[in-house]
Amino acid sequence: MRSMGATQEEYYRGVRMVPYDLVKELALAIAGIGVLAVLVAAILSSPDVAPVTIAAWAQQDPVDLVTTATNELAGSTTSAGYGPPYNSVGAGQSWGPIAPQKWFGVRIPVDSANTFVIQPLQRASFSNTDLGTALSAWQKATPDQQTKWLDAYSKALPNATVKDGTVAVAAGDYGPLPVMMSNLLGVAQAGGLDGLLVINGRFYQTDYTLPLLFMGDGTYLSGLAAQAHLTGSQWGMMNETGSYPGQTWLWLYTMWYQVPPFTSTTGFLGFNSSNADLGIIILMTVLTAALALVPFIPILRDIPRWVPIHRLIWRQYYAPRKGAIRS
Amino acid sequence: MAANSPEGATPRESRSWTLRLRRAIDQHLPMGHLLPDRQPYYVGSWVYVFGVITIAALAWVIVSGVVLSFMGPQWWHDSRLGRFVNSLHFWSVQLFFIFMVLHLWGQYFMAGWRHGRAATWMIGVVIFAVSILTAFTGYLTQQNFDAQFIAINAKDAMNSAGIGAFFNVLNFGQMYGLHVMLLPIGITFLVVAHIVMVRARGVVKPIDAEGARS
Ligand code: HEM
Repeated sequence: MRSMGATQEEYYRGVRMVPYDLVKELALAIAGIGVLAVLVAAILSSPDVAPVTIAAWAQQDPVDLVTTATNELAGSTTSAGYGPPYNSVGAGQSWGPIAPQKWFGVRIPVDSANTFVIQPLQRASFSNTDLGTALSAWQKATPDQQTKWLDAYSKALPNATVKDGTVAVAAGDYGPLPVMMSNLLGVAQAGGLDGLLVINGRFYQTDYTLPLLFMGDGTYLSGLAAQAHLTGSQWGMMNETGSYPGQTWLWLYTMWYQVPPFTSTTGFLGFNSSNADLGIIILMTVLTAALALVPFIPILRDIPRWVPIHRLIWRQYYAPRKGAIRS
Repeated sequence: MAANSPEGATPRESRSWTLRLRRAIDQHLPMGHLLPDRQPYYVGSWVYVFGVITIAALAWVIVSGVVLSFMGPQWWHDSRLGRFVNSLHFWSVQLFFIFMVLHLWGQYFMAGWRHGRAATWMIGVVIFAVSILTAFTGYLTQQNFDAQFIAINAKDAMNSAGIGAFFNVLNFGQMYGLHVMLLPIGITFLVVAHIVMVRARGVVKPIDAEGARS
């Protein structure tokens, strides 16, 4: 590029230079943005809806908690069948030979039935003989028998009634499940499950993987999220609770979730709704790389030359005569 | 400039790393370029101010963020002052993104990458991407209902790409550490590099200024 100039002095040779106070401009910008941000913050505040606890879930929607726990035992929840990085039950998403979810394996092991149901009950059975008996009956039963109990109980749960915070189902052969579930519900309602899942044998704790996975398996939290317009099919990434803006800069990313092939079951080029997450990440990676490489991509790098927006920006320069560069 | 003229440098001196670094700085980034008091007359547009406003918004993001992290993650949930500082942080971030995106589009339509400025543009895109990641970790560490739902929802995308195996959005401690330390340091470093690159070359000439008119 001939006109690049080896030094700034050469590059600007012949260009009229005028006084310009960059430091003052920055200082004014800091002051101006400060005033604006303080005003907006004072007037509009920020979102802070209290988090959902497992205790609140168990109190507000006991049937959902019991149903979720039953499904954990049956292995039919999202987390139980997830695949990597939590377990190897599901295969995870892939696109042809590209299967990064599988490549890195099980790095955050979660055994849903044990972690969310059996282990908390074992803790709670310490001085509770009824529960102790029920648990050992459950563990001694054959997998076939367990499945029969689970099937029957799962069929009864949609018609369950709630009385004083306990869940009652029509009489049937559910084995030890009703005792186990009513105890789990009791522990959860008292806040014990929140503690047990977070602590998980440690004292200091900053990792909420287990309670979040468990709550994600239920429908209570996602129901609240749908009410607050936060879910993916509602462009949820762009909103927060209330009318606060979310990550609006993800508009393009979240847009792909609303359009084919990422919404269709048949798909296109191997992309469909079942591997939408992976497909969209691949697409966005390509688009971001393209944005970075715009200076080298024909057409993309020429558009600014064709679209006369630069004539507005540099009005003075393109104004006839007046602004001509003297050399 | 010092490095352009031999000015009696002995062979021994020119092997000195210290001297070579000083001369490189003298040549590519003398103080007169870093803090110029004159600009080409066409630098009169508001579009040039977007970049500076982005720096200003970033400054407020960092100041309010430092106060929040100093007081600890519980503070802003139970104190009015804390909530206000959190709101300041939240809205500074929104302003930061608004002006960064305006700056990005401005630079696009000015084709700001011309005349050897491609690296400035590319670092800009990296800043944009890292800022999105930083904001994401911020939304995850709000410790409120939004944070819970974002974590549960976002894990699937992260896991599908294998990222979730290392970057666990359900792990508050990991997200918090990244949000308050590593990513802000990264953004600050990248912004400094971006601005040094702009100052080293000076702002680009208008489109079609090359050839006949320059
Ligand atoms: C934290 C984010 C950013 C900050 C603080 C920032 C700041 C600045 C500043 C102060 C300038 C000087 C000229 C002007 O203000 O227009 C500049 C120039 C530039 N910026 Fe940014 N920028 C950021 C992000 C970006 C992004 C996302 C892009 C594009 C993808 C970008 C591309 C450019 C280019 C190409 C120039 C050179 C313009 C020229 O030589 O005339 N920047 N930036």
